[in-house]
Amino acid sequence: MRAVPVIAAYALRENLRRRVFLVVAVLTLGFLGLYAFGAYKLFDAADTMNTPAGISADDVIGSTLCGLAMFATLFLGTVLSVFLTLGAIRGDAERGLLQPLVVRPVGRAAFLLARFLGGASVGAVYAVTVYAAALGLTALAGGWWPDRIAAPALELAAGVATLTALSLLGSVFLSATANGIAVFMLFGGGLVAGVLGQIGKALDSHTLRTIARITSWAVPYEALYQDALHRITLDTTGLTEWVLQLGPFGGAELGGSWLPLWAAAYLAAVLALAVWGFARRDL
Amino acid sequence: MASALAVKDLAKRYGSVAALDGVDLALGEGELVGLLGPNGAGKSTLVKIACGLVRPTGGTAEICGAPAGSREARRALGYLAELFRFPGWCSADEVLTLHQRLTGSDGGARERGELLELVGLADARRRKVDAMSKGMQQRLGVAQSLVGSPRVLLLDEPTSALDPVGRRIVRRLLEELRERGVSVLLNSHLLSEVELVCDRVVILLAGKVVAAGRPEELARPRGIELETAAGTRLVEGTREDVPRLLAELAAAGEPVYGVRVLRSTLEDVYLDAVGEADS
Repeated sequence: MRAVPVIAAYALRENLRRRVFLVVAVLTLGFLGLYAFGAYKLFDAADTMNTPAGISADDVIGSTLCGLAMFATLFLGTVLSVFLTLGAIRGDAERGLLQPLVVRPVGRAAFLLARFLGGASVGAVYAVTVYAAALGLTALAGGWWPDRIAAPALELAAGVATLTALSLLGSVFLSATANGIAVFMLFGGGLVAGVLGQIGKALDSHTLRTIARITSWAVPYEALYQDALHRITLDTTGLTEWVLQLGPFGGAELGGSWLPLWAAAYLAAVLALAVWGFARRDL
Repeated sequence: MASALAVKDLAKRYGSVAALDGVDLALGEGELVGLLGPNGAGKSTLVKIACGLVRPTGGTAEICGAPAGSREARRALGYLAELFRFPGWCSADEVLTLHQRLTGSDGGARERGELLELVGLADARRRKVDAMSKGMQQRLGVAQSLVGSPRVLLLDEPTSALDPVGRRIVRRLLEELRERGVSVLLNSHLLSEVELVCDRVVILLAGKVVAAGRPEELARPRGIELETAAGTRLVEGTREDVPRLLAELAAAGEPVYGVRVLRSTLEDVYLDAVGEADS
């Protein structure tokens, strides 16, 4: 395991050198600029909004913007870390980058863990940074802060880490293109679960809500994201809570105390499967 | 003492194709063995099994007594792949530093400097891989394989992209390594080069060893070339027949201007072993 930090640092350095990182950085600055402009305009127009009695327009605007920013953050963080890891094993082996490294007395498990740390740390740091920037811009524009700040950030980071592990697992077996498609289809599957849950809630359909819940736990980055959304208005109650649940902010769902354990076990299982596959792979 | 590399009844199948079929091979301490064979003979597969990149279907491969692919085995070996690449953003020095860290070598800047000097890249220490020619990258690959002073070196086509000067550098390096007691398995298509430096050669064909031995043992007599006043002629015989032939010619009053004992080259041996099947 002595080699883990060496390879993780190497992977990190390689990641930072790739143009995808620069492209994502430029796009993120663009996103945050537009977000700041939109937030400023919306809060400025809060007085003219026609909200039901007892519901704060600032709460609706702040939580909606924050929820949308969290979705964008999860998506962009996923794009970043998936693009950094989708060719980590098979792709690098085909290019001849992998062989000189894995013949060293490193161990394939240590190598894989290091690649995961290199990819997930970039994606997780990115997600937390963009989330924090979005919160700061929301506060600057309208003075609104979510009920919980740290836990949603950690859940977004954990969601990105889970998708990074899935991307790494795919990279053991699939070509880079096939792996990229597979991971984003899985990501899309999570989104569908969220939308199903939203529809189920609107129709009061127990079946749909159950399907959505099972699906989101089968791909726990979605359950983590839904729980993170839930936490930003955790202390909101009454009519305001009801309105927020059904708005564009929909998808918020309490994960419960088992979610962190399940997410950690899921992550460990995905990495273990990747290690198992990599150990049996001819290079 | 365990062989540097001991391969017994090694087999590897890729689906219905047998890449290796019961190969036995031993590499002694400080020995330089050339591995020859046409494309698809199983040479690279054998080398990859020896360094743990490919899992065998049957048989065993050991490096210095440790199972191939184990941490102990990998600690003892250096490897240069046939197709390899280093990150383009790394300098030569950074590539070697990374491999020093992975092998646990404490040679530091001194070892890196010596290795780059050995392969003729002392002036390219800070040059990025992207800015290197293919030949320079291959020489850097050779230097990388020597990081940590391995006891066994597995080189898969180390000179395929080198010009004659680069090939000579690698050849001298191999001779120097042999003097230091490093065991080398050299997989190469360049027969003349193998003949020049290798103690033994092993010829693979369709996953099987079809010939093995010292180059001079494998070579066969091709007759004696005599240059006399009547011209140059080829007569049957071996080195042992030369005194008798010279005596006969002298007795016949025929002056002899030159005598050359002809033996088959490694190329002849190779073509005899694989030629028909390959063609």
